[in-house]
Amino acid sequence: MKKQYVMGNGAIALGALSAGVNLVSGYPGTPSSEIIETISKTPHENVYLEWSVNEKVAMEVAAAASYSGARSMVTMKQMGLNVAGDPLMSMAYVGVKGGLVVVSADDPGPISSQTEQDTRRYASFARIPVFDPSSPEEAFEMVQDAFEYSEKYATPVLFRPTTRVCHAYASVTTKEEFSGRAVEGFVKDSSKWVIFPRLSFANHAKMEERNVRIAEDFSGYRFNTCEGSGSKAVITSGISYAYAKEYLKKHSDVRLIKLGTPYPFPERFVLESLEGVSEVLSFEELSPFLEENVLQLIGKYHLNLTVHGKLDGSVPHSGENSADSAAKIIGAFLGASDEATGIDVSDMPKLPARPPVLCAGCPHRASFYAVKKAMGKQKSYFCGDIGCYTLGNAKPLDMVDTCLCMGAGITMAQGFDHIDGEGTCFAFVGDSTFFASGITGVVNAVYNEADMVLCVLDNSTTAMTGHQPHPGTGRNMMGDIVEKVSIEKILEGIGLKKIITVDPLDLDASVAAVKECVALPGVKAIIFKSPCIAITKPKGKMKIDDKCIGCKKCIREIGCPALIMVDGKVTIDESLCTGCGLCSQICPVGAIGGACHE
Amino acid sequence: MNKDVLICGVGGQGTVLASKLIAAAAMAEGNTVHSAETIGMAQRGGPVTSHVRIGDEAYSPLIPHGNADVLIAFEPAEAVRNLGYLKKGGVVIVNSNPTKPVTESLQETGYDGRDMIDYLKKKCACVVVDGAGLCASFGSVKFLNVALLGVAYGTGRLGVSEESILKEIEARVPAKFIELNKSAFIKGREIGEGYEN
Repeated sequence: MKKQYVMGNGAIALGALSAGVNLVSGYPGTPSSEIIETISKTPHENVYLEWSVNEKVAMEVAAAASYSGARSMVTMKQMGLNVAGDPLMSMAYVGVKGGLVVVSADDPGPISSQTEQDTRRYASFARIPVFDPSSPEEAFEMVQDAFEYSEKYATPVLFRPTTRVCHAYASVTTKEEFSGRAVEGFVKDSSKWVIFPRLSFANHAKMEERNVRIAEDFSGYRFNTCEGSGSKAVITSGISYAYAKEYLKKHSDVRLIKLGTPYPFPERFVLESLEGVSEVLSFEELSPFLEENVLQLIGKYHLNLTVHGKLDGSVPHSGENSADSAAKIIGAFLGASDEATGIDVSDMPKLPARPPVLCAGCPHRASFYAVKKAMGKQKSYFCGDIGCYTLGNAKPLDMVDTCLCMGAGITMAQGFDHIDGEGTCFAFVGDSTFFASGITGVVNAVYNEADMVLCVLDNSTTAMTGHQPHPGTGRNMMGDIVEKVSIEKILEGIGLKKIITVDPLDLDASVAAVKECVALPGVKAIIFKSPCIAITKPKGKMKIDDKCIGCKKCIREIGCPALIMVDGKVTIDESLCTGCGLCSQICPVGAIGGACHE
Repeated sequence: MNKDVLICGVGGQGTVLASKLIAAAAMAEGNTVHSAETIGMAQRGGPVTSHVRIGDEAYSPLIPHGNADVLIAFEPAEAVRNLGYLKKGGVVIVNSNPTKPVTESLQETGYDGRDMIDYLKKKCACVVVDGAGLCASFGSVKFLNVALLGVAYGTGRLGVSEESILKEIEARVPAKFIELNKSAFIKGREIGEGYEN
C-alpha cells in the first residue's frame, strides 16, 4: 500500500482508480479540474481518459462506456452540469450498466463561479442518488461506494464535493498499481437503451419505487453518522460538517448528524437520530436542502421539533460557511459564550484591494486594447465570455459589457445587433470556450444574418482552469500528439467571408484588423493569436529610459501589473514583466524599449 | 502535537511551495497533516493563503480565527488582512516589501506597507524581514518563500525539525536550485534565531 498526500480532487481520482474505473471524461472548471489531471499523472492501465469539448459531450461519451459495462466517471463544475443536464436527465430514466459517477463540484461563495447552485437539487430533480463528502479522506472512500451503488441500482449517481473539499489536502492510502476492470461490452437491447415515451413512463414509476429502497439502504450507510447526545441537534453535510465538528470539540451536549447521502433522503436514519431532540439547526451551504427535508419529516410524522437554518435567518442564504461562521451560528444556537482566542483586529487600517487582474504580458490585454483603440467613441457592444478574459472588464480596459455563461458572448452579440442596428457588436471568446460552446453560435449568426465581429482570443490553452489542452492544441489526455483542429478552418467552413489572424502584441496591425472588419457587413472574425504567458518563455524585460516624461499614459491605458510607480516614477517591475512590448507601443515619447531576449 | 501555520501573500509569490514543505516535513515526522490552498481566479494577483494544520484534532481544512500559532506573510497588507487568524501569543513573520496592486498605480493612495508594519508591531510579536535584501545575495526574489520559512523555523514555533525541512527541499526543488534554497533557509533561520520575545 502507498500513502499519498493529495488534494481532495486527487483523492477522488485515486478513489475512482481504486474502484477500477475504465473511462474518465470531463471539461475543466474550478474547483473540479485536478481530478482528471491527477488520473493522468498516476500510472495506470486500461483507463481511457479525455478532456471532452464540453460537459454534455463528456457525459455522453461516459454513457456509452457505462452501457458497455465499463465503470465511468464524468467530472465538471456545478454549472457544467447545466450543460450536461440533457443527457443526465434522460440517462436517469434509461439507467446504466457499469457504474457511472457524475462528479459535479459545487462552489459556495461563489469563489470562482457564476452561480451558487446546489447539485443536491439536481439529484432530487433527476431522481438519482447523490454523495456529499465532508473531507478528502471521505471522498476517497465514498467515490468507491458511489460506483457500487450505481451498479447495485443501475442508475447514474451524482458525487458533489465543494471547493473546500476539492482544494483541501490530506493523506490517503492506496494500492500500488491501478488497472481498469474487465469490460463485458455492449449488449444490444433496444427495449432498454433507446429512450421512447413508453420506456420513460415505465421507468419513471420504477425510479420512484427504487428511490424508497435506496433511502432505506442509505439509512444504514457508513458515512451517515450521528455523534453526541442531547435535546439539541445540528444536522449538516459536506464541508459544513467539518466546520461544525471543529467547533463542537468544545461542546458535548449536542448531537451532530451528518448526511453523506442527502438524496434519496435517508428518512429512517434521520428520524432515529432526531429521537428525543426538540430543536435542530440545519447548518449547510447553498440551498436549504436538508432543512426542507427535515420540515417535510415534521409534517409527515407530526414531530414536535423546531427547525433553525436558512429559512428562519439563522444561517445566511448566500456565501460559504467557515469554521468561524460555525462557531458563531452554532454557538448562538447552543447559547454558548466562547472566549475569544485571537487578537482584536477591529481597528485594522484600510487594506489595499486586490481584485484579480490579467497577468503582466497577457495577450488578452493587447487584444482588448486594440479593439478599444479602433472603436474610440463609436457605439459598441462588448460581449464577454467565461475565461481569464472576463477580467478584461476591469479598469482601465473596461471592455466587457456582458458575461453570462459559456459561449453566450457570441449569441448575445447577435441579440444586441437585432435590437440595435447602429452599434457594432463584438463577441470575445477564448479558444477553449470557442470549442466548448462557441461554434453553434457562429452558425446561428451566419444563418440569421447578424452583423457582428467575433474576436477569438486564442492563447493556445485553457488558461483560467490551469492550462488544460483542447482540440486546438494538438495534444490530448492519452498523451497523443493529434491533428490540431483549426479555428480558422471551422470559421471558413461555416461560411465567414472575412477572417483575419493577427498577433495582438502588434498593436498597429491589430487596430487595422478591427477597423477592416467593422467596415464590412455580416459576420467577421479576428483571431488574436498569441500564447498564454504561463506556457511560454518571457521575451525579456522592458526598460524605461530618461526620455520618460512621467505622463503615466502607459499605466492609465492598459493597467499592466508590471507598470508601477516607485518614488513618483513609472517603473517596470522586472519580476513580472514578460517583455510583451505593448507599453512601448503606447508611450508617446518612445521612452520604453527593451525585451532584449536575455 | 497540534500546530496551525498560516501562510499568506499575493498570487505568484510562491506560498504553495512553503506550505508543501512544512506539510511534508511534518508528515515525515509521523504527524497527521491537513492543508488547504487558494486556487482559481484569485491566483491572478489576488490575495492567497495556505493553511497548514498539523495534528489529529484538526477537522476544518481552514484554520479557525484565533487559532494560528504562526503567520508567515509574504506581504505587509496581507499580514494585516489575515491577522485575525493568529492566536494570542502567536508570532507573525512578515516581509516588509509591499506588492502594490494595479489599482494602486491607477489611483495612488500612497500604500507602501509601512502603516501595516506599524500596526502589526502594535498588535503582536512579529519578525519584520526585508525580503528583497535577504534574497539579494541569491539573485532572485524566488527564494523568498524558503527564506521566510527559515525565519519561522528560527523562531522555534514551527514544530518541525530543520533536518526534515532540508530533506523535503532536496526532494521537491529542481536539482540546480537545491543548494541556493538551503542557503536561503539557513540565512532566514539565523534571522529568526535572533528574534527574542
